[in-house]
Amino acid sequence: MTTESPTNHAVPTGSKAAAAIEKARGEGRPALICYLPAGFPDAQTTIDAAVAMADNGADIIELGIPYSDPVMDGHVIQAATVQALAGGFKVAQIFDIVRGITERCDAAVLVMTYWNPVLRHGVDEFSRKLAEAGGAGLITPDLIPDEASEWFAASDEHGLDRVFLVAPSSTPKRLTEAVSASRGFVYCVSIMGVTGARTSVATTAEGVVAAAHAAGAGRACVGLGVSNRSHIEEIGSYADGVIVGTALVAALRDGGVEAVAELTAHLSGRKDQPA
Amino acid sequence: MSDSAHVPAGDDPVRAFLNDNSSLRDAPGPYFGEFGGRWMPESLIAALDELTETFETAKNDPGFVEEVRELNRTYSGRPSLLTEAKRFSQHAGGARVFLKREDLNHTGSHKINNVLGQALLAKRMGKTRIIAETGAGQHGVASATAAALLGLECVVYMGAADTRRQALNVARMRLLGAEVIPVEAGSQTLKDAINEALRDWVANVDSTHYLLGTAAGAHPFPALVRYFHQVIGDEAREQILEETGRLPDAVCACIGGGSNAIGIFHGFLDDRGVELYGFEAGGDGVDTPRHAATITLGRPGVLHGAKSYLMQDEDGQTIESHSISAGLDYPGVGPEHSYLHSIGRVSYEPITDAEAMEAFELLCRTEGIIPAIESSHALAGAMKVGRRKVEAGAVPDEVVIIANLSGRGDKDVGTAAEWFNYLDAEGQGE
Repeated sequence: MTTESPTNHAVPTGSKAAAAIEKARGEGRPALICYLPAGFPDAQTTIDAAVAMADNGADIIELGIPYSDPVMDGHVIQAATVQALAGGFKVAQIFDIVRGITERCDAAVLVMTYWNPVLRHGVDEFSRKLAEAGGAGLITPDLIPDEASEWFAASDEHGLDRVFLVAPSSTPKRLTEAVSASRGFVYCVSIMGVTGARTSVATTAEGVVAAAHAAGAGRACVGLGVSNRSHIEEIGSYADGVIVGTALVAALRDGGVEAVAELTAHLSGRKDQPA
Repeated sequence: MSDSAHVPAGDDPVRAFLNDNSSLRDAPGPYFGEFGGRWMPESLIAALDELTETFETAKNDPGFVEEVRELNRTYSGRPSLLTEAKRFSQHAGGARVFLKREDLNHTGSHKINNVLGQALLAKRMGKTRIIAETGAGQHGVASATAAALLGLECVVYMGAADTRRQALNVARMRLLGAEVIPVEAGSQTLKDAINEALRDWVANVDSTHYLLGTAAGAHPFPALVRYFHQVIGDEAREQILEETGRLPDAVCACIGGGSNAIGIFHGFLDDRGVELYGFEAGGDGVDTPRHAATITLGRPGVLHGAKSYLMQDEDGQTIESHSISAGLDYPGVGPEHSYLHSIGRVSYEPITDAEAMEAFELLCRTEGIIPAIESSHALAGAMKVGRRKVEAGAVPDEVVIIANLSGRGDKDVGTAAEWFNYLDAEGQGE
């Protein structure tokens, strides 16, 4: 299976995430990747909110699997995932939620998960079920390529994208490894820290993207701390896609699906300001 | 829902190592058999690499080795004593029980061995700030101590529930100049304190060393923390040979994350005739959901950076552990222990709260030593092992057992007073 190409924006065979990003590029804009935790506050709301995001300009939906020990997440997402788990969320529901979304919209659906739930489920079985549900692949915040041999095999077998992270602290050698291991895009962590809305985009973000591109990434997307349209315009000038999480989770928490739709329309530039 | 119906692994241990002369000492990581590794966010990998390099260089630097030895001798009070517990031995079937007295170290437990070593490494890396997690407060107090000694800023993360239960240790850390941050997330206990410390580390990695308190977590922590605790086993082996002219039949230690245990076991790993026992916190009993018997009832998984045995549900969510001993109240265990279990070199068994508290009281009354409740699990285990050997026909006073008395019990007097009903209705002493 083809991995990220150093020279062009060709879409690896079957890569839903790459196809979504290239479609946006064709329209002269960065791809918009919108995150919500699955099961917050319940499975049906997750599906409705994700479809609303797609209808208002999201190119890729990133669905988080609630996990007991989310070390890369800040308070807003922690609180949402704690609520989802308290509400009885089970990992097996992720497949129905992905199916519920892909049946109703064209957005690519990636699942963001800490590794232990996948390991416990069985890496190959989890991958097979995700592919059957129409999922695009996985974003893995606590899995580095060094430990991912089982995931390489399963993602190749089931045609799934694998999105690894690179950070401001990544050495050139590790950047190259993460880029060649990734398929779909490379997730550039904008700042040394955890998820959470920030007032400005970290100055480190542009350097990470440049390094990822230099290491051969055809698609480099920026996440952490991105919360409004001006952040997206700024990042869109150098990156291939922009990932928004905490701001959308807060919108869902405070204003339900309608607020998510409105914020997404603002983020995608279809509407000026959220009410 | 727990996995407690799952048949404990290790009923039929692989004994191949007994015929294998290859050494089990000094296992370098990152892998211990199928366990260990670095299941960590990419953001922290550079820091783990830097720590690995610094550690490898330091341990081959005679100057560093001497610096650690001097602090151990002149500050911690090493070597710690080996005390024969003659009256206590009557409760172990008459077997001779020797106590490795880590309770006599400065700050009252084995924890000081690791914090001094890691704080020195932090300085070698040019870090000015250390962060640490703590459950009962022992590792937090030790970290605050090392930071004060070496002039480092210190922040300790502690579950909010634990700060309320261990208010005195919070005051102790503050006296030593550390900032204590109560963690409100999750179950508000040790594992959540580790999560929060990791979040701090990601954000402040340039200035900050994460001084992990146990032989668990991502590489190089398991091998590094073991290295600083190996002195326990090395001393104990020399001392028992001196006292009895022979190696012991068994060495017993308690296991939470497993740092005191790996420290004492290491001295005897290659003495194939010495049986090694790790005693996990059985809480209310391993037939109940309230325990911390990770190896006995858990399954392999990844948490806090390592693949190891883990208390987890069918979805891979971490299950909250329970033990009367805050120091053992952790749903994971160091990866080298998982490996030593998988090859059958160490036997891991649960000890209930009630068994530990019985041993706690016995040691107080037979030897005049108040042990930590953590260490009381090792004492209860030594009693079982001694009785078993004598029942199997061994001559009692020819059986030699070392139990690692990993810490003193002053911090546990409140818990013990409550357990034994030494307090009246107003919570006052009689």
